[in-house]
Amino acid sequence: MEYASPRSLDEAIGLLSQAGVDARPMAGGTDLLVQLRTGARRPELLVDLKQIPGLCGIDCGSQGFRIGAAVSGAEIGECLPLREAWPGVVEAAELIGSTQIQGRASLGGNLCNASPAADSVPALIAAGAVCTLIGPAGRREVPVDDIVRGPGETALGEAEIIVDFRLPRPQDGTGDAYQRMIPRTEMDIAIVGAGVSVRVAESGECLACRVALGAVAARPIRVDEAAAALMGRRPDSEALEELAARASAAADPIDDKRGTRAYRTRVAGVLARRAAEEALRRAGDRWAARSQSS
Amino acid sequence: MSEKSTEGRPLKWVGTRPVRPDGVEKVTGRARYGADFARPDMLWGHVLRSPHAHARIRRIDVRRALELDGVKAIVTGDDLPEIASEQAFVGEEPTDYRMLSQNVLARGKVGYVGHAVAAVAATTSAVAEEALRLIEVDYEILPHVLDVLSATADDAPLVHDDLCDRKGVKKNPSNIANEIEMGHGDPEAAFTNADVVVDRSFTTQAVHQGYIEPHACLAEAGPDGQVTIWCSSQGQFMVRGYTAKLLGLDLAQVRVVPAEIGGGFGGKTTVYLEPLAVALSQRSGRPVKMVMSREEVFRATGPASATRIRVKIGATKEGQFLAGEAWLDYEAGAFPGSSVAAGSMTIFAPYAFEHARSHGRDILVNKPKSAAYRAPGAPMAAFAVESVVDDLARQLEIDPIDLRLQNAAREGVQSSFGPRYKRIGFVETLQAAQEHPHYDAPLQPNQGRGVAAGMWFNAGLQSSAAVMVNADGSVSVISGNPDIGGSRASLAMMAAEEFGIEYEKVGVRIGDTASVGYNDVTGGSRVTLATGKMVVEASQEVISQLCERAAKVWDVDVKRVHWADGKAKVLDDEAIEPLGLAEIATGAARTGGPIQAIASGSVRGVGMSFGVHLCDVEVDPETGKVDVIRYTAFQDAGRAIHPSYVEGQIQGGAAQGIGWALNEEYVFDDSGRLENSGFLDYRMPVASDLPMIDAVIIEVPNPDHPYGVRGVGEAPIVPPIPAVVNALRAATGVCFSDLPVSPPRVLEALDAVS
Amino acid sequence: MSKRHVTTTIDGEGREFLCEDWQTLLDVLRDVLMKTGTKEGCGTGDCGACSVLLDGRLVCSCLMLAAEAEGRVIETVEGMAEGDRLHPLQQHFLQEAALQCGICTPGFLVAARALLAQNPDPSEREVRFWLAGNLCRCTGYDKIVRAVLAAAAEMRGAEA
Repeated sequence: MEYASPRSLDEAIGLLSQAGVDARPMAGGTDLLVQLRTGARRPELLVDLKQIPGLCGIDCGSQGFRIGAAVSGAEIGECLPLREAWPGVVEAAELIGSTQIQGRASLGGNLCNASPAADSVPALIAAGAVCTLIGPAGRREVPVDDIVRGPGETALGEAEIIVDFRLPRPQDGTGDAYQRMIPRTEMDIAIVGAGVSVRVAESGECLACRVALGAVAARPIRVDEAAAALMGRRPDSEALEELAARASAAADPIDDKRGTRAYRTRVAGVLARRAAEEALRRAGDRWAARSQSS
Repeated sequence: MSEKSTEGRPLKWVGTRPVRPDGVEKVTGRARYGADFARPDMLWGHVLRSPHAHARIRRIDVRRALELDGVKAIVTGDDLPEIASEQAFVGEEPTDYRMLSQNVLARGKVGYVGHAVAAVAATTSAVAEEALRLIEVDYEILPHVLDVLSATADDAPLVHDDLCDRKGVKKNPSNIANEIEMGHGDPEAAFTNADVVVDRSFTTQAVHQGYIEPHACLAEAGPDGQVTIWCSSQGQFMVRGYTAKLLGLDLAQVRVVPAEIGGGFGGKTTVYLEPLAVALSQRSGRPVKMVMSREEVFRATGPASATRIRVKIGATKEGQFLAGEAWLDYEAGAFPGSSVAAGSMTIFAPYAFEHARSHGRDILVNKPKSAAYRAPGAPMAAFAVESVVDDLARQLEIDPIDLRLQNAAREGVQSSFGPRYKRIGFVETLQAAQEHPHYDAPLQPNQGRGVAAGMWFNAGLQSSAAVMVNADGSVSVISGNPDIGGSRASLAMMAAEEFGIEYEKVGVRIGDTASVGYNDVTGGSRVTLATGKMVVEASQEVISQLCERAAKVWDVDVKRVHWADGKAKVLDDEAIEPLGLAEIATGAARTGGPIQAIASGSVRGVGMSFGVHLCDVEVDPETGKVDVIRYTAFQDAGRAIHPSYVEGQIQGGAAQGIGWALNEEYVFDDSGRLENSGFLDYRMPVASDLPMIDAVIIEVPNPDHPYGVRGVGEAPIVPPIPAVVNALRAATGVCFSDLPVSPPRVLEALDAVS
Repeated sequence: MSKRHVTTTIDGEGREFLCEDWQTLLDVLRDVLMKTGTKEGCGTGDCGACSVLLDGRLVCSCLMLAAEAEGRVIETVEGMAEGDRLHPLQQHFLQEAALQCGICTPGFLVAARALLAQNPDPSEREVRFWLAGNLCRCTGYDKIVRAVLAAAAEMRGAEA
């Protein structure tokens, strides 16, 4: 296997196109290098994306945020404006592995590894993140929702890579949160993950809601029927229980070494509800902070 | 040498907390562990492992692998000598050399996924791995058995069809490799007199010792037949003995140099790689290094047995235990030799029973051969018996510690495994737990408190130690036991105490097999106890020599000389200036030459150590997740030589037990393949999973040890499982009989009752 | 294909080495540079025994290619002491008996050093979560956490 560390997008796309299926792009490498070690993948060429300016850094503009696809979880956690705006996305990114893994693991890698249980993906879907893809055919923007097709399978074309993620500036009354269930407190793959974002009016009425679940289907899923349980009303416990029930109903998980189907189904609802509660609390806090400052 | 008691003698070092002798090298990265050795021109060895749980090997073709550039040697089962069946006992679990040889390298048949089939040495690790892919093995797949129930069914496939009993006589074909029974009285009759009888069955899954250092070794076989092995293990003499036996070498030709060991917990009391590395070195004429991957460690080295245990206890309504009976089925893995005997011995050991009996069965299954794991066999047995005791306390409405106190084993009581107890500290340990503020601290909703007890033996076995006085008056101690958790410190402290010198003046080294007398393995909680006793004896012998030398210098009768405060003194003449170690040692050439002593022996006077643990858990009723929020462990240490390392043993054992209870388990698929062969999915506790673990040391001195030491390493893993599960029961009202109590299992149980 | 030449700084020293493209930094530290102070417990980033600092950032050296070290600054446990003077973390690990077998100790020390560099006054909870990627099977973590807290206190005192 050969290693290449291109300095530009053109160079990277060129290398990936040339080598075709034998090439593999790498960001943090925290999944990929494990796959190399176990022999699960045996690429001829590894294209390291971390030296390409477009994939690095976080921009916080007036319109919103641009997060480079190869930016590490630790850098994301250190970006205070992003944490302020999208705490759910940041807490999900920070849950990817240990402190050591955080030093390397990226949103781009977490998404392209295409695990149904990836922590950052439900949070990104809930937040409405869009990613920029570049490949031999050019550039396109795709919602995170549409990237993962199944375990290990993405919508990316050959030699196409994710360059960055875009998140808007959150509107007033927005809140997001991510919750996951693991048997330990750290160092586990999610048995269930739930990302929720809401936007509420100052009155408390829910104006918008997105719910996404991880590890309960072949890919992370958006559950609009669960979100609809909150829409247009002040979310009380009854509405939240409805959201939980619909999230559980949408779950279609498998039995595996990490958890049973029955367990995942049940806990999907619990976590969706808890994430919604936290997102609503954050949304309420935003209104409170705004009325205090004015 | 007589056993001197330390009663009444002021102690300078014992009970203090000096920095361990090997500390600095371990915090600076200089300490060398098993994988840290290299030799010029060294080859790398790798092992081809079976993908099948049970299969006959029809043919192994290594020709293509041998043709690969860089491959220097390959060994398969045909290359190792056939070994006669012979029982060995140098570790904590019985080993038959013939079976051990077959486990190291399969002959004719593979017995589990991960079983070694061939080994390759090549110029680089990558070439060796590539060569494994070129070895062609023709397997005839056989039906397999993966658990006790299917293994003991009438039509079960046989893991071995030529199994012999301990006398070498071929047995009726079955997967029951061994059956044992022990106890006294007539439990069956006694149950009829009981006011209350609790009879429950329990299951536990296989768990791994989880040492962080994978098995590793470097072997060099010279053209003269001499062999040197550098490796980490729980016993350099064990490695020498097993490797020599398996390869037909003389013990004198094999030297094993002990590396620092990165955790063992019983799992490094046997060999996996060393005979293969030597065989590859013999064939290639070059040193061969072998290091297991973590996956290999999980797939091919010994887990602790999965078990099914039934326990029945009858008691009077006042809480007097009348009778206990237990049936223990332990998975041995693909070769005989689980820890069921120790499980059967310990299950009723903490209590005084007039009638007690246990029936143990060692059962073959197509899983990796089980290996010793800290108090082998006892934690599962304690889970069962302490859960039943908890039931009895609830049914009888007696405080669980009062109930245990009422029935606690104490001096003079007939133990369930045979001998009568000498002085033990179980009652004192229970009392300490009961009086501790933790025991009646308030709890919040969804929280519960559990209490459980447990015991483990202190092995004596064979030990040797050498003690020598250097010319400058410093003292060198050579021990033959790898230091897993600070035993060098305790040996140095005991030597400093004997000589009456500064701790820093004692150097302790772990000798290789050519530089110190034979030692059984570091295991059985025996090193500070037994090897420590040899250090004390050798020190006392050296002290009498020092007195003799001083007598010569002074030209007085040696009977007038005694040793105090690091000096030889004349008892009845204070005018004679005492002579210190350095003065005597400097003049040794004129008084008879170097001063040293070796002590060796089969150490008797083994003790018992009892522990009582208090555990608070909090349960998330919606997810079934259990958090341990407070934990206090009480243990009788006899005398804590270095209290920090005693506490460390208690804390570490508790953490392992908590992991065993909550989340650790081997998960096999239907084909017998381990699904969680890495630390990601084999869920050992991480730092954020645990609270501080308060360790409370009780000191009821062991009358058979010069400093009163009891071995402390193993007992702390015995009570945690039932302590956690009893706490979970208190929090939820639900009885749990199957491990681990992982979130899915807990939630399912909560749902079942609601 | 010939080996790759890498120029880097390790423990304050300029180092050059040759490696295969597939070799991890851990492979090179241990087997090429013979710096065996950094340990391998799993090779998959799950135990933290191979922790090093990469330009000050805590990473697992088993999850990084050696080729990626080009032009970077690597710090291992072997560079923590200054001559005979131990780092306060090393000193407190000894005083608190925070190691038993010691195989995980290099990783814990490097990880704890990274923690204290960015958070000089961590709570017990922060220490535990920061160190959750470092497995220890001997100690139950109790004395490790205490040693880190004690070292942090000493270092704060030394700076004040």
